[in-house]
Amino acid sequence: MQSTAHDFKHNVDEALANPNLQDSLGKLKVGFSERRRQAVERLPEFEALRDRARDIKDHTLENLDFYLEEFERKVLALGGHVHWAPTAEDARRIIADLCKSVGARTIAKSKSMVSEEIGLNDHLEALGIAPIETDLGEYIIQLRHEPPSHIIAPAVHLTKDQVADTFLEHHRALGFTKRLTERNDLVAEARHVLRQKFLDADVGLTGANFLVAETGSSMLVTNEGNADLSNTLPKMHIVLASIEKVIPTLEDAAVLLRVLARSATGQESSTYTTLNTGAKRAGDLDGPSDYHVVILDNGRSSVLGTKMQDMLRCIRCGACMNHCPVYGAIGGHAYGWVYPGPIGAVLTPQLIGVEEAGNLPNASTFCGRCESVCPVRIPLPALMRHWREREFERHLTPRAVRHGLALWSFVARRPLLYRRLTGLANRLLALFGRAAGRYRSLPLASGWTRFRDFPAPPPGGTFHAQWARRAGRTRR
Amino acid sequence: MLAGVSSPPRRRVALFVTCLVDLFRPSVGFAAVKLLEDAGCTVEVPTLQVCCGQPAYNSGDRASTKAIAAQVIEAFEGYAFVVAPSGSCAGMLSHHYPGLFDDDPAMKARAETLAGRTHELMAFLVDVLGVTRVAARYDGAVTFHDSCSGLRELGVKQQPRTLLGSVEGLTLREMTTPEVCCGFGGTFCVKYPEISNAMVGEKTADIAATGAATLLAGDLGCLMNMAGKLQREGHAVKARHVAEVLAGMGGQAAIGEGEA
Repeated sequence: MQSTAHDFKHNVDEALANPNLQDSLGKLKVGFSERRRQAVERLPEFEALRDRARDIKDHTLENLDFYLEEFERKVLALGGHVHWAPTAEDARRIIADLCKSVGARTIAKSKSMVSEEIGLNDHLEALGIAPIETDLGEYIIQLRHEPPSHIIAPAVHLTKDQVADTFLEHHRALGFTKRLTERNDLVAEARHVLRQKFLDADVGLTGANFLVAETGSSMLVTNEGNADLSNTLPKMHIVLASIEKVIPTLEDAAVLLRVLARSATGQESSTYTTLNTGAKRAGDLDGPSDYHVVILDNGRSSVLGTKMQDMLRCIRCGACMNHCPVYGAIGGHAYGWVYPGPIGAVLTPQLIGVEEAGNLPNASTFCGRCESVCPVRIPLPALMRHWREREFERHLTPRAVRHGLALWSFVARRPLLYRRLTGLANRLLALFGRAAGRYRSLPLASGWTRFRDFPAPPPGGTFHAQWARRAGRTRR
Repeated sequence: MLAGVSSPPRRRVALFVTCLVDLFRPSVGFAAVKLLEDAGCTVEVPTLQVCCGQPAYNSGDRASTKAIAAQVIEAFEGYAFVVAPSGSCAGMLSHHYPGLFDDDPAMKARAETLAGRTHELMAFLVDVLGVTRVAARYDGAVTFHDSCSGLRELGVKQQPRTLLGSVEGLTLREMTTPEVCCGFGGTFCVKYPEISNAMVGEKTADIAATGAATLLAGDLGCLMNMAGKLQREGHAVKARHVAEVLAGMGGQAAIGEGEA
């Protein structure tokens, strides 16, 4: 996917000026966090489960080579195939070759953020293979040629009316000429259109929430059941997943599933939880005859053993973005690439470079709400700060910020000079702001005063000046 | 001193004034001093304190942060308690300083000592000193914003509400989302002013919807941000630091309020 992360500020302006987006975000902010809160309240051991989930992922990451090879052994033993893709390009080529090997014309895709990460759809289309997104949200944005704006609710930026217009435009040729207004009718129409596409597909491609090393299974959760059609109807099933999706055992999966759905949608569990363990066997009624797992690295392994390793614990629930006031203000597209919100601010610089995505870890108040809800306790603000430190070290921090900071810290390290300068600033601000009590505009503070008044200090001097006077009086 | 009637020893507390209080709202510092003295503490203000270093820390400038942190550690050495009228600055000292010195065991030990002795004002009064009541009066309805660092790093939530509950004439009207960030974020509010504006705009709408005449919080940065937005939008809500109201200093001009 082509990144616009470098254009973050422009993206933000567009997002803030988009009334449909703002309308959708208003609902998202309340809905997701409230449902999570209720789900957590109903499960007294939730906090303990978060600890266990974190520990499972930490243990796996510390032994990642072992569990990945264990997973591969199990898949091979079941007659499946495992393909290692060091880069996005490798993954695209592997999947395209697999599709070509069965002469595929269309592939039914179940939601996969990794496929967005590697830009799979554009690549396949260029080769004359039509990828069909079958998750309802993904299907809607595919029709609109838009990227997802949320990792579990890809079309959350759209209103119902926008969806109705999109369906009318694209389904008219299929005989659906009525503009629908009811949610259920829209879903029914999409189901009808998609059903034939499932039947026509030569290859089914799904992501994976977990790869279970113990059994060689890929595990998927959905609320629509579309993954189950993607992986049973076509003759070839390709699972595309990144390296950190592997976990040791089914027991571990049970722990992670208990925190995943609650954190994501506030459900106790997702509607469908599907395990795929190899191809169709003798006696199976349905299933693919070929089963392939493509495992992508794409820069992830380079954070193993570093301070940034914690980002690989992520189980893609979306809770961090659902609770992020910055995401809530600007939505997912403004982040400019596949993964938005706090986890995107941490992952994106790793995956496409901090030069491209340098704004993302800076656009946070460090309010910490993301970390407080993360089911695997990723210290997201600390990781964002690490990126800021790397940017500063590499002189990627904007020049004005660097110079301002250098001046400020020069003064802050000289308390007597600092006292004199703050004393002067305090007197000036108090003097000129005395009547109104505040400033409507202030030189060097336009970022502030464009949107809010700046409070003037009351007369009388700084705290330290007043304290010194008081101490002087006391001594006398 | 007569045996048997000795009062408990007065606790010696160093006040970390915070740079914003020093420069923009000294009365918050004096309110903190009064609350601490009323609770039986002797308050000292180390003269070599400047800022906790967050502007550098959150901009990725680790070297400057360490230099400033070392200065703070030096200035506050030897006090049994260090108290700040700010969750953000107290959190910096107590949760972030030790990690700055992972490569310097001697400084790390000093940073950890400071961290263990540092408290946010409301938490110190209630959790450490056991204060449950103050002698203050403030007429009218107030709403309280939970500043992020105090809330999530230090667990400051109930303590200010407990103390406000003892203020005569005061009623608390909660916002729908008192725990959502106001959009200040230190340098964030000037680096990403449009996003910050959207966030504070939601906050002021929530504040206004309570109908409370006064907004209180425990961090001056958040208060200046919210007060400035409320005033720009023409709301009559007055913004004050919670310590000012608790110390009976709620009668003076509110934040950003001119001479009457």
